[in-house]
Amino acid sequence: MKGINITITVLIASAILSYLVAFIAGFGRLSNNIFIRKFTGFYVEVFRGTSLIVQLFWFYYALPGLFDIHLASDFWAAVIAIAMNYGAYMSEIVRGSILSVAKGQREAATALNMSRFQRMRLVILPQAVRMMLPEFGNYLIQMLKATSLVSLVGLTDILYHGDIFRSTHLSLAPTVYILILVFYFILALPLIWLTRWAEKQSSKGVASE
Amino acid sequence: MTWNWNYVVESLPAIFQGMWITLGLTIACYLFAMLFGFVWTFVRRIPWRPLQMVVAFIMEFIRSTPPLVQLFFLYYAWPMVPYVGLTLDPITVAIIGLGVHFSTYIAEIYRSGIESIDKGQWEAATALNLSLKDKWTKIILPQAIPPTIPMLGNYLIIMFKEVPLTSTIGVAGMLHMANNFGSKNFAYLEPLTLVALFFLVMSYPTAVLFRKLEQKMNRRFDKSNPTGKIDKGVVT
Repeated sequence: MKGINITITVLIASAILSYLVAFIAGFGRLSNNIFIRKFTGFYVEVFRGTSLIVQLFWFYYALPGLFDIHLASDFWAAVIAIAMNYGAYMSEIVRGSILSVAKGQREAATALNMSRFQRMRLVILPQAVRMMLPEFGNYLIQMLKATSLVSLVGLTDILYHGDIFRSTHLSLAPTVYILILVFYFILALPLIWLTRWAEKQSSKGVASE
Repeated sequence: MTWNWNYVVESLPAIFQGMWITLGLTIACYLFAMLFGFVWTFVRRIPWRPLQMVVAFIMEFIRSTPPLVQLFFLYYAWPMVPYVGLTLDPITVAIIGLGVHFSTYIAEIYRSGIESIDKGQWEAATALNLSLKDKWTKIILPQAIPPTIPMLGNYLIIMFKEVPLTSTIGVAGMLHMANNFGSKNFAYLEPLTLVALFFLVMSYPTAVLFRKLEQKMNRRFDKSNPTGKIDKGVVT
């Protein structure tokens, strides 16, 4: 079981990138500029409307042909596909949490003569981020599951090595797959606990209507 | 390699053929998941602590491991499991694998629906001397089911997007057809883009439909928000 480091690297890289994408797209959808709003809206709908595996194949096979863009390596093609997909889902959470911070908070911040940027950074975001945490945790688990797809575009993750091993030791197939499942479950466990903890934390110190 | 419209037209029939399989499989998986979800919900309601814990663990396990690995397990490993092993054809594997995976999610929805019913309703039903069957079919379920419909709808869309996973075990859905077609002609761009487009065209209107439905449901069931509108304002 050598692939475990690939699984974890893909998970971490795509998690960081997707949070970044989520915040950019989330803010984009709340922008005052109608073009930015429409553009990010379009991006979110496209990536939420098609399935991850199709996107993965598309980034891997079709993108180099269409625009002659070569995404450095298989690794980055996979990470970018996962990040763009989950970034789109999570941008909705970013948007929803920001909007659900009580209106009075925004008005109070305006009354205190804060600039738009200060208002977001000092008042709205600290409250909104707390609300996002549990959902982010859930999506992290989803992303862990999604990393298993990268074996299909040739990255040598746990599943890939498991498959190779199975093809040489046919009678051991049940053991191999059960081991892989257990591996994923062990990886998911801390994330599950983290999510539960975040759920408890999320409601503290948030003003809601 | 650039975009070639002739090639698009050529690849259309194959993808169209795959589309029916994808759609049919989605519905089959969904029905299986709905039914199996009932099983989970029912078993979890049996008031015996050890059983509840075991079932909760199994559900958590299924939910937090990748469906792809579960499909591989069912397809490659199940035939070799002693005593209960059977060889299954890809379609059956797809229905059982994805069905069981999503049934754990759907069971949670059922549970939240049932638990959202006010305790007073149970007590009133008991006070009216309703039988167990009447209590469920006349009081609890009619109130528990409608609010869960939008959530169930969302899972239909999610499942639709997970079905292409089954192309890895050889179910000839849209993605499978596109990949086959692509490898025959050494050009993946057009078929894969078409598949993505097809998915978008089918899932987006459904998503919009369910969003409308959700607003309608909110209006009916959420008394604190009588207009049922979701705040879509812009931060000023």
